[in-house]
Amino acid sequence: MADTAVSTNVSSTASLRDGPRGPKPRRTFSRRNILLYGTLFVIAVYYAIPLYVMIVTSLKGMPEVRMGNIFSPPLEITFAPWVKAWSQACTGLTCKGLSIGFWNSVRITVPSVIISTIIASVNGYALANWRFKGANVFFTILIFGSFIPYQVLLYPVVILLREIGLYGKLAGLVIVHTIFGMPILTLLFRNYFSSLPEELFKAARVDGAGFWGIFLRVMLPMSIPIFAVAIILQVTGIWNDFLFGVVYTGPESYPMTVALNNIVNSTQGVVEYNVNMAATIITGLVPLTIYFVSGKLFVRGIAAGAVKG
Amino acid sequence: MKRPNQLFRNLSAKIAAIPMIVTGLFVFVGGTVWTVVYSFTKSGLLPRLKWVGLDQYERLWSTKRWLVSIENLAIYGISMLVLVFVIGFILATLIDQKVRFENAFRTIILYPFALSFVVTGLVWQWILNPEFGIQSIVRDLGWKSFTFDPLYTPEIAIYGVLIAGLWQGSGLVMVLMLAGLRGIDQDIWKAARVDGIPAWKTYLFIVIPMMRPVFITTLVLVVSGIVKLYDLIVAQTGGGPGIATEVPAKYVYDMMFAASNLGQGFAASTMMLVTVALIVIPWAMLEFGGKKNG
Repeated sequence: MADTAVSTNVSSTASLRDGPRGPKPRRTFSRRNILLYGTLFVIAVYYAIPLYVMIVTSLKGMPEVRMGNIFSPPLEITFAPWVKAWSQACTGLTCKGLSIGFWNSVRITVPSVIISTIIASVNGYALANWRFKGANVFFTILIFGSFIPYQVLLYPVVILLREIGLYGKLAGLVIVHTIFGMPILTLLFRNYFSSLPEELFKAARVDGAGFWGIFLRVMLPMSIPIFAVAIILQVTGIWNDFLFGVVYTGPESYPMTVALNNIVNSTQGVVEYNVNMAATIITGLVPLTIYFVSGKLFVRGIAAGAVKG
Repeated sequence: MKRPNQLFRNLSAKIAAIPMIVTGLFVFVGGTVWTVVYSFTKSGLLPRLKWVGLDQYERLWSTKRWLVSIENLAIYGISMLVLVFVIGFILATLIDQKVRFENAFRTIILYPFALSFVVTGLVWQWILNPEFGIQSIVRDLGWKSFTFDPLYTPEIAIYGVLIAGLWQGSGLVMVLMLAGLRGIDQDIWKAARVDGIPAWKTYLFIVIPMMRPVFITTLVLVVSGIVKLYDLIVAQTGGGPGIATEVPAKYVYDMMFAASNLGQGFAASTMMLVTVALIVIPWAMLEFGGKKNG
């Protein structure tokens, strides 16, 4: 304050030497901003290009694909490649398109997500609020288990599924997804429940609520976001799985990713790039939709799960 | 006073933990032990307990395809690790500059992470296709001798896969780093500015060390993703050209389910396990060794 008073009193040269005061006004087109937004724009274009290429190629006819370059927009939009990819594309053995794989994936994903989320949430809750002797040991085993390369466990699980008669069946794959999704989901739920104020839990206990009572009436209503996160995580993870699908199911029950790979990488006759790209984008459509719809939750989920871990 | 039976204390919690205990002990520990034990046997089409000592390992390490696989995983892994962190962190700092349309930028950079490796591999196979993709476009622009053909050039094919892997995975690192940056107290920045420390120095010597937990979680996520590398290879190159992009996970799969050579598969997967253990155990000891009940 005193400084300001002085500078208004002295001559104009002195005030020039002192320079302007207060925060520097930001111009929209400062060099920094042009550089910053320019860089970000270029990066965004780079990341978006493959999606663009997929869509554009899938809407072209084969003659146009052969002539033009992959970035040029279609001169004549055709949906024939999409139709063919969905219902007629050949997987090497049959020519029934992706639709079968799609429904297989639905039948795999829905029960897997429900079962794994329920088990992991109850488990995470037990670990966070009802610690029993040895709980941490088992939890540590589970977490370290998630580092074991899947390849080590592939065959033992084959034997396990064969023993219970589920090898090659969809139900077997559901069990596999439940098992391998357990570490990350349990961690997610445990961290979330641990972050809730303990007083809440104690108050409920004082009021006489038991294990399930607290879980269903106190914890569940407060944990809708984390459930959403877990479901998003699992749906995308299971939908995108390839390895388990190819190992634990047979040709009739292959999930979509495996069917897609068989369509595109089966080398028979003329390669129809437009059909391949249509099939690719159809397969990516489910997780993409979930991602774009749930956007912020998806981001918040992976961030929250990781930062607190 | 009679103490209640220890086993039945907290019974519901124990019941709730049964799936975890079964999975942990039976599948993870049991399965691992099983595979390691059978890697010392002469299992072919079916697992058989006929001991052959270290024969499978000797054969493994004298197989060219395995050596190529290991080399590829090392190249891919190290490049991926370094680049994904550098790119992810730079992207996070760029977005952290209070930019407008932050959500749009973040959404675009992260969407590949929602896609499967199969989809990723197929798209990049198409973009890198020499007849139609980048190479042909640049040639059409007039630069006739331009060559960018990684997927058909054995020496650099693995880098073609790396491009796809980075495109898919860097968004995740960015988001995690961004969350870490947002978790830093704004007063730190003010203090650094008052002391006249340039921004890059503040990042390097103050902010990054403070983000250690985020870095570690990210590292763990990225490393376990790298070791799993399989779908991307199958979709993008199928291991080719020749055996130029083979990786250990694919070797294991092919031995177990295509070549009816279970013993080789078990030995190879045990080697993968050893590799992961060599990374994870020291880290865990460093991280959790000092304190109890972490």
